[in-house]
Amino acid sequence: MKYAFSFLAVIALILIAGLGSQIPGMQYFFGVAIPYLAIMLFVGGFVYRVMQWAKSPVPFSIPTTCGQGASLDFIKQDKLDCPSKTSEVVARMFLEIFLFRSLFRNTKSEIHGGPKVTYESSKWLWLFALLFHYSFLLIVIRHMRLFIDPIPFWLSAIEGVDSMLQIGAPTLYLSSLALLGGLVLLFGRRLVNAHVRYISLNNDYFPLVLIFAIGLSGILMRYFLRTNIDIINIKNLAMGLVTFSPVINVKIGAIFYIHLFLVSTLLAYFPFSKLMHMGGVFMSPTRNMANDSRAKRHINPWNDPTIKPHSYAGYEDEFREFMVDAGIPVEKELSAVQDEA
Amino acid sequence: MYNKGTIIPGLIIFVLFVTFPIWFNGLKAGTLPKPELPPGGEKKCVMPVEYMRANHMQLLNEWRDNVLRDDNRTVVTVEGKKYRKGLQMACMQCHSNKEKFCDNCHAYTAVKPYCWDCHLTPKEAASKEETH
Repeated sequence: MKYAFSFLAVIALILIAGLGSQIPGMQYFFGVAIPYLAIMLFVGGFVYRVMQWAKSPVPFSIPTTCGQGASLDFIKQDKLDCPSKTSEVVARMFLEIFLFRSLFRNTKSEIHGGPKVTYESSKWLWLFALLFHYSFLLIVIRHMRLFIDPIPFWLSAIEGVDSMLQIGAPTLYLSSLALLGGLVLLFGRRLVNAHVRYISLNNDYFPLVLIFAIGLSGILMRYFLRTNIDIINIKNLAMGLVTFSPVINVKIGAIFYIHLFLVSTLLAYFPFSKLMHMGGVFMSPTRNMANDSRAKRHINPWNDPTIKPHSYAGYEDEFREFMVDAGIPVEKELSAVQDEA
Repeated sequence: MYNKGTIIPGLIIFVLFVTFPIWFNGLKAGTLPKPELPPGGEKKCVMPVEYMRANHMQLLNEWRDNVLRDDNRTVVTVEGKKYRKGLQMACMQCHSNKEKFCDNCHAYTAVKPYCWDCHLTPKEAASKEETH
């Protein structure tokens, strides 16, 4: 029942915003103060986290090598899975960021009678993740219509494609369904798969439940709970927020404040959670380094510059007499060294 | 700090993305659309103004389904006044100027209703009267 806490937390947030926004005078708190605070925490926290990572030295060259590395000419290198040049690293990162290539390799391990361990390809995670991330991206882009004026044609085009089935009025967005579907599948995976369930924590469940509640509140606001949901007033508030002149002079339905408060929570929570993989994917040394440690020496930034490299020849020079005394074989005999001198 | 050359530009790109609406608008909030009130001076609609502002699209959708799919053309009577179900037959009788009434807000919020795929605006209807 680890996930119960996430549901309780989200329900509490919904109650805070739903009831709080109905108190006269609190509309500015939920509609202006909280969103500003959240976006400041998001941007500030994000930059802070990335700077912290940027300050951490990478002591070793640790790219994950998932294929044949660069070797002799007649051995074919797997350029994407074991990049040795910056261009190949960029290609690998591009596919990782846009197509989640590492999730494509996800495997499921099982023990059968025998005992025998099997590893089977399990692409569900990859599929659900693609579904979720791309629909979320589309939804974020789509929301820009409330924050910019005049609206550029590409935004209307995205909007048109997303509502191309022309179901109902306001028209149904396909990305809304895809987002909720993706979240249910990702959540379900954590419940159904015993291995994943065992390692799942509250901070794995909470973002899923929170984003689900955001999507659901948005859908309820758009299609069902439309009382006092006049998009003109909402865009007026959103435009006020991004031009630093926010005004709320009309009544806006509680569902809007719930939606906004949950989004603000997500933004504020983002930099301090696992959601930072958005920035972290660019920063992970196992992905962004080239496997070229044999061609280029990787200098550990921790190294004390006063400690010079010590070759075996130098070591032998230093301890030759003791080695000979102890009967340890040496490359240069004591007599040969004395001849040189 | 390591890899300044890539991390600093990366962070700048991130901040630019997040603050997109701020610099795109240039701090100009634009003007709020003001739909034109019926030129004929009618004050009554089928529903109160608050409901119409938020829910007119759902009402129109319902009427469309009633008329076209269920063959239910029952006349709507509000406070003694009769309205036939239909965009041209009811709404546009008073709100006769599509450009000044409908388009105003729809353009502001990037809403592209497909009403006009089939319907004619009063202006278009007037010019096509002879053909049918």
